[in-house]
Amino acid sequence: MSTDTSPSAADAPTTPAGKAADYLDQRTSVGGAVKEFARKVFPDHWSFMLGEMALFSFVVLLLTGVFLTMFFDPSMALIEYHGDGPEAMQGQLMSVAFASTLDLSFEVRGGLLMRQIHHWAALVFMASIVVHMMRVFFTGAFRKPREINWLVGTVLMILGLAAGFSGYSLPDDVLSGNGLRITDGVVKSLPIIGSYLSYFVFGGEFPGEHIIPRLFTVHILLVPALILALIGVHLFLMVLHKHTQYPGGGRTHKNVVGYPLFPVYIAKMGGNFFIVFGILALMGATMSINNVWNYGPYDPSPIGAGAQPDWYMLFLEGSLRLMPGAGTEWVIFGYTLSLNVLIPAVVIPGLLFTFLFVYPFLEARVTGDKREHHVLDRPRNVPVRTGLGVAFLTAFVILALAGSNDLIATHFAMSLNQITWAFRILFFVGPVLGFWITKRICLGLQRKDRELVLHGHETGRIVRFANGEYIEVHRPLDEQERWLRVNYDAHKPLEIEPATDARGVKRPGYKKDKRWQKLSRFFYEDRVEPVTPAELAAAHSHGEHDEVESAQHSPELVSGAENADREH
Amino acid sequence: MSENQNTPGRDVTAPNAAAHPERFDDPGVPAHRSRLTDVDPKAAKRNERLIALIFGISCVGAIASIVVYFAVRPDGTTAGTRLSTALLGTTMAISLLGIGIAAIHWAKSLMSDHEHVDERHTLASSPEVREVAVQHLADGVEDSGIARRGVLKGAAVSALALFPLTFAVPLISSVGGDWNVSKFRHTIWERNKRLAYDPSGRPIRAADLTVGSAAHVIPEASQEEMRSHEWITEKAKAVVLLVRLNPEDLRSDQSPEGETWSYDGIVAYSKICTHVGCPVALYEQQTHHLLCPCHQSTFDMADGAKVVFGPANRPLPQLPITVDDEGYLVAQDDFAEPIGPSYWERLK
Amino acid sequence: MKALAARRHHRAAPVVLLLLALLVTGGLYAVLAPSPATAETASTATDVEEGHRLFQANCATCHGPNAEGTPEAPSLVGVGAAAVDFQVSTGRMPMQMSGPQAAAKPPQMNPEQTAQLAAYIASLGAGPAIPTEEQVDASLGDSANGALLFRTNCAMCHNAVGAGGALSEGKWAPPLDDVSEQNLYQAMLTGPQSMPVFNDANITPDEKRDVIAYIVEQRDGSAGGISLGSLGPVSEGLWAWVVGLGLMIGAAVWIGAKSS
Repeated sequence: MSTDTSPSAADAPTTPAGKAADYLDQRTSVGGAVKEFARKVFPDHWSFMLGEMALFSFVVLLLTGVFLTMFFDPSMALIEYHGDGPEAMQGQLMSVAFASTLDLSFEVRGGLLMRQIHHWAALVFMASIVVHMMRVFFTGAFRKPREINWLVGTVLMILGLAAGFSGYSLPDDVLSGNGLRITDGVVKSLPIIGSYLSYFVFGGEFPGEHIIPRLFTVHILLVPALILALIGVHLFLMVLHKHTQYPGGGRTHKNVVGYPLFPVYIAKMGGNFFIVFGILALMGATMSINNVWNYGPYDPSPIGAGAQPDWYMLFLEGSLRLMPGAGTEWVIFGYTLSLNVLIPAVVIPGLLFTFLFVYPFLEARVTGDKREHHVLDRPRNVPVRTGLGVAFLTAFVILALAGSNDLIATHFAMSLNQITWAFRILFFVGPVLGFWITKRICLGLQRKDRELVLHGHETGRIVRFANGEYIEVHRPLDEQERWLRVNYDAHKPLEIEPATDARGVKRPGYKKDKRWQKLSRFFYEDRVEPVTPAELAAAHSHGEHDEVESAQHSPELVSGAENADREH
Repeated sequence: MSENQNTPGRDVTAPNAAAHPERFDDPGVPAHRSRLTDVDPKAAKRNERLIALIFGISCVGAIASIVVYFAVRPDGTTAGTRLSTALLGTTMAISLLGIGIAAIHWAKSLMSDHEHVDERHTLASSPEVREVAVQHLADGVEDSGIARRGVLKGAAVSALALFPLTFAVPLISSVGGDWNVSKFRHTIWERNKRLAYDPSGRPIRAADLTVGSAAHVIPEASQEEMRSHEWITEKAKAVVLLVRLNPEDLRSDQSPEGETWSYDGIVAYSKICTHVGCPVALYEQQTHHLLCPCHQSTFDMADGAKVVFGPANRPLPQLPITVDDEGYLVAQDDFAEPIGPSYWERLK
Repeated sequence: MKALAARRHHRAAPVVLLLLALLVTGGLYAVLAPSPATAETASTATDVEEGHRLFQANCATCHGPNAEGTPEAPSLVGVGAAAVDFQVSTGRMPMQMSGPQAAAKPPQMNPEQTAQLAAYIASLGAGPAIPTEEQVDASLGDSANGALLFRTNCAMCHNAVGAGGALSEGKWAPPLDDVSEQNLYQAMLTGPQSMPVFNDANITPDEKRDVIAYIVEQRDGSAGGISLGSLGPVSEGLWAWVVGLGLMIGAAVWIGAKSS
């Protein structure tokens, strides 16, 4: 056996750790991976931890979820309850699923804690996904080469909705049962296939005796498996692309500036996992959530005030609430088309999700930009994107508020009907206003940046010249400050080839190009160009007598004068 | 300068642009700023002790959690469960947060904070690699002969297209039960079926209902019948809201010519919303309005359950009622139309 | 003491303890609560007369000089003493201003005046009487049956645990957490304002007591910690954002900030 691949005897590891590493490496070539990844650089910023928060909430969901599956029994068999649960539940007829939820909350010590952590983690999971997506959107992190990862992330968000909804329904209580009933109503409204799809979901008529076991499989196998797989893809692509970084000195599209994975990020990320878990544990310990025994076991007759889904589905609830019913149910050749359900429950969410899916490609098309982008945009520097994002969020928030209109009515002593009308109008006006205001604010901030770069910081110091003239002394920006404000591209609308060629022949595809140009104009018509060195020089010479010169004349401004000199 | 016309904020004409570069230069990574712990060994030592202390608190939290688990047994009361949950969770949070805070503080204050720079590489493979890849694929296609052997290609595609059916057909045909969607049309209400209070199941005597009453109604059934899934599924369609108005307040109901579906100011309407099927149950006895708590469709019980607000389009279907010889309220028949939300073939 | 400790884990222990607690609460209530005691004393002719005088002074403007009703307010003939006691002892009547509905406020009449008014209205026509103490004694009720009844008949307006809810056009179903047992019973019996009537055929007196037992049980709070108003998923979502995400983003800012 002369084919010994281990290092020569002289380098043979002597320590136990070294021996173990050698053993592993000979079987897995893990050394290569460690070499590649151990000191991989990650940029540091708080907003880069939002995705981490989602990931870690998901890990907490898996951990607590495993705990819960040990005690939960997803059976719809009916039993009479006698257990350690609340007095009001004793002797009631309920499904085994509901009874086992009571048992795991009241008989299993720590069970209620785990259930509450699980539910809080689910709410925080979705919330952190949303803020993570906001960060990615507003900073343009979805641009080439990350478009595919944006799609993966959006699918993950939708899977999160599915996971949440299926889990919310598992205890088989009145609140979630009515949620399922609404789902059934929405499914039935689908043209042609509605009734059959309802049977498909419920295994017959609503509610039947199959839905809870089916949702259980979806909740603990199907959706988590898909989420895990896609998280794998999401993180793989993130590592492959290397993380984006905020603009700043020395940060370019060709590099990544930050701290090494080992040890700094291992400690920070690992620490953040424990912080996320700790905060969720604290919430589970002190704040009650989804007390299903308040709602009682599912029965098709009762309903409670405040019948709402978890927050991430509220936009659908609000959408359903806002749609006026009069005249929106059409009968065509004897077939019923319920637009009062289809529009709010299918079309509106469809539009919202379509926007998320197509936006990166749309923006790339109207920008005509095929470069890779690794330095993030400051939201102000892309006013239309930022405006569109705010418009989207405005629509989402208005729908979610409309889904809470009864609580708004009771807490602010208003009329339910008036609130509904206000939201009906706001749903159309709000996003437009949101877009417009945001765009104006962005342009204003860009101009402010130009002002700062050209004229420096106001110092509040007033200086009088010998001739009696007063001026305020401005302090020029240092080069890091300035770089942050001038280092961006103000994209221009697409330029297209003329309608006819040199010989006057009509060019095919001109109309299509023209339409894209129109859209491109919408994006980039209004723009503020970054200050160029020439402009800065011009500003200095123009304002010489009131800025630079004054600084040189006034003895207390030496440092400012030095700065100004260096720049020339 | 025409290009700059639509550039708001450009108030400065650039003179002599040639003398200056088009853009500013990258000033490079800002100079490293040393932390207190980098320059003061005492501070570093202090932080080290602090981090160790926080890890120590975490250990105490973990141990306390075990102690609490065995020492605080919930006694079955609400307060007992609350105490146990709060103590277990808080100690758990201390152990977790301790690790998190200590690790991060360690990373921030004691680990090197010199920034590193990694180069990025274009993601696209080089032309040579691409060429080899394309060649590999071409070789594979050539080896398989798929381009030349058309029949084989067709046969393989057919087989692959058909095999999912072996999985999908059994699944889909079984998953929907009997697929008999005509069940939506009927409920268990029938001629002379007594109306009973939900959930007690006591039949309702017309004389017992005072004006302004609202009763949640199920078809009369034995306690035995009521303990099955079939019952729950039927109840999901059969629940009815019964109200008694002053007969002069009752402007209209849904009775067709020559029939009377109400009885002396008592009207019974399906409780399942025609919007998406929530139980519509908030009866305001002064306005005679019935409000759905889910999406706030409002129906006027004094006027044929017509929609007065919200997303529902159709009135709630009325259950025709009368009284039997003993004075109990009974149904005249099943609902005249399918109850609940609309669906494609509802009117077929 | 040892025997007691051992029995603490007995299956029936929670039930016994709860019953004890309810008994104590009920007993204390019986001793401390003054208004039902006055309400129970048989009304005399002077009460009716005094009540009539109070009525003329405080109620007749809207309800008419003989409580026969006006376009502004309904007739009170036949509404019974229970309705008067409910409306007046919760401060809803006399109404201060018109609005979508009369809100509860500190009562304007003392228990004696309330009883006199009730006696006067009861003398105008037969109606539901003020319930006896035993009828509203939560400790005698079966909260499990109460839960069933509450869920079907009350929760749609008052929320699953009685936290209140919205009705149409600015009206609302009030929270039940600080409503006295007497008033709970009277409300079911008489159907004040928007609330439908649940007479004794619909919900029997025993069943009403079960409902009261259920509502009273909810006052123990939530087994999981702070109840967050028991308003359901919307308030939970709000707290998930404010507390959960707030703390986590705060931590993230700390993690991302350079150490000094």
